Amino acid sequence: MFKIENLHAGVEGREILKGVNLEINAGEVHAIMGPNGSGKSTLGHIIAGREGYDVSQGAMEFKGKDLLDLGPEERAHLGIFLAFQYPVEIPGVNTTYFLKSAVNEVRKARGLPELDAVEFLKYIKEKAALLQLPGDFLKRALNVGFSGGEKKRNEIFQMAVLEPCFAVLDETDSGLDIDALKVVSNGVNQVKSPDRAQLVITHYQRLLDYIVPDFVHVLYDGRIIRSGGKELALELEERGYDWVIESASVEA
Amino acid sequence: MPEIDLDPRREIFDQLDQQKLGPLWLIPIRKAAVARFADAGFPTRRDEDWRFTDVSPIRDLTFKPVYEASGRELSGSIRERSLLGGVRTHRMVFVDGIYASELSDAPLIEDGVTVIDLKTGFESDALHLQEHMTRYSQSDQNAFTALNTAYFADGAVVKVERGVSCRTVLHLVFVTSGGENGVTVHPRNLVTVGDGASVTLVEEYIDAGGKAPCFTNSVIEFVVEEGAAVEHIKVQDESTRDFHVSGLYAQLKRSSRFRSHSLALGAKLSRHNIRTRLDGEGSQCVLNGLYLTRGEQLADHHMVVDHAKPHCESHEYFNGILDDQSRGIFHGRILVRQEAQKTDAKQTNKNLLLSDEATVNTKPQLEIYADDVKCTHGATIGQMDEEAIFYLRARGVPQGVARRMLMHAFAGEIIDRIECDPVREQLDRVVWDRLEDEGV
Repeated sequence: MFKIENLHAGVEGREILKGVNLEINAGEVHAIMGPNGSGKSTLGHIIAGREGYDVSQGAMEFKGKDLLDLGPEERAHLGIFLAFQYPVEIPGVNTTYFLKSAVNEVRKARGLPELDAVEFLKYIKEKAALLQLPGDFLKRALNVGFSGGEKKRNEIFQMAVLEPCFAVLDETDSGLDIDALKVVSNGVNQVKSPDRAQLVITHYQRLLDYIVPDFVHVLYDGRIIRSGGKELALELEERGYDWVIESASVEA
Repeated sequence: MPEIDLDPRREIFDQLDQQKLGPLWLIPIRKAAVARFADAGFPTRRDEDWRFTDVSPIRDLTFKPVYEASGRELSGSIRERSLLGGVRTHRMVFVDGIYASELSDAPLIEDGVTVIDLKTGFESDALHLQEHMTRYSQSDQNAFTALNTAYFADGAVVKVERGVSCRTVLHLVFVTSGGENGVTVHPRNLVTVGDGASVTLVEEYIDAGGKAPCFTNSVIEFVVEEGAAVEHIKVQDESTRDFHVSGLYAQLKRSSRFRSHSLALGAKLSRHNIRTRLDGEGSQCVLNGLYLTRGEQLADHHMVVDHAKPHCESHEYFNGILDDQSRGIFHGRILVRQEAQKTDAKQTNKNLLLSDEATVNTKPQLEIYADDVKCTHGATIGQMDEEAIFYLRARGVPQGVARRMLMHAFAGEIIDRIECDPVREQLDRVVWDRLEDEGV
């Protein structure tokens, strides 16, 4: 479904990703872990199509389509979703209004009829209940005045509404207490299906107790230096990253 | 000064007949005004209040004050041309500054509300006009106001008697025909609102699609009596060939409430001078404005909020969205006199630049002579938030729509302060449509 080959990318001449390879099939959940500054968030941003990165080498495709030439909205229309580590506050843009526009743009791109106001409201209210979001948040400006936890829940709520085929969750667990973490994970797991895939970027193993990955990758210094099953995450939790980094440098 | 003797404006004035000068009491006022204009001349950029706005293109226009209807047919109906055509209002239309009864709703003289044209007012309500007209603008040294006082021919007289809530939205529409070069129109409006009365008034400036540049130089005076409430919405959408200067003078009595919104969309050069005097304890004043400019447009808002009495509040909020080589100017001066203790005054000016060549000059200014006051001011100039645009795009919103959403949100900060629902909703649509045309 999603494939990255030998991806090199950076900002202003500084290379951040130095040859990333990753293949994700439908139905799979992958986790990317790694210490700070290893390039995890950059990878998430590049998948979503953020401008400002120079991709010097490599390829990235989704369902057989070359992604690198597509804008962020075109990727979203194909079914790619990035849950932001730091969701942006946008004063003056009403949450419902924004979401209706997003949903209908995605539907339009997929050749589906647009939802009218009544259909749309009914649809999002069901999804909002799932994430236990405060009743008034749909009327509020997008993320404005939301607590850290509310912002993260809003991200997962939007994911539930947009129903992407491939979701990248960028440190969705950061800033969440254990109850919020359960609500968010529950939301993520509800979206899971055999024809969808997820890439979970995280610092801590904690999230992976709730969102159980099929594969775990360690990203370090712009490369994936080790991959394994879910037990790799537990091992990292216990022993830290140093042993992986050391054994990788020995192999190199 | 010989060059001023040659000023054609003075010559024209000396030849005006009695009919054009109006009632006798007005003649010395007009003479004083023309003398003041002759003395001062048009402001130059050496004048601090005009530092950023060069009015020499106005000086160089042919000067043809209008005293009679041209009889020229306008293309398209006023309802189609007006930005508020779809809103139910009581409409009074002026073409090149002259009242056009055939395009207007019937004059209103009922239930304590009077809306009539100035010439009718001179006959039917002479004492009222003599008491108020030019009284609040007189102390202003502004040359354009002096010019208006010397030459005005027509305008609207709006009077709301004490205790009356006028439920109808009153709507003054000033249309420039653009049929003849250098047509100079001087609308002169007087609005008096009695004790405890309230009214919503729209003052709209549009063009009729003509080719020749016009110069509109309008003045409106407000008297807001004790406990009265006024919402005033000025919409300026003249042709980008036109020049527009306007003066607003408001006198606020005890516990009154005055909200004035300015939406500057059109004209090649526009300058809105606002002078409000909070002249009674507990009065409140909100000045709220939005300018959207592109091409070579220049939009200038210049205000002095004069706190003369204690316990008054004033807020100024002005936002601008500027594209191409256009320019925006904000000059807000808050004057707190010694007596005006417990003043609460705030002003902000925010600008969004869509192009590298657009410029903004902003000058918030506080002048405080009282010691127990709360005054704040601030100004920002920024560009589109790329982080926010990426966020919206990543959710599937196309780039053009994402930009428009952010601009609309920025404009909405101002539009949302309009309390009159139908007017606010309509102007919100107008702004949204304008942003759609915006280069992306």
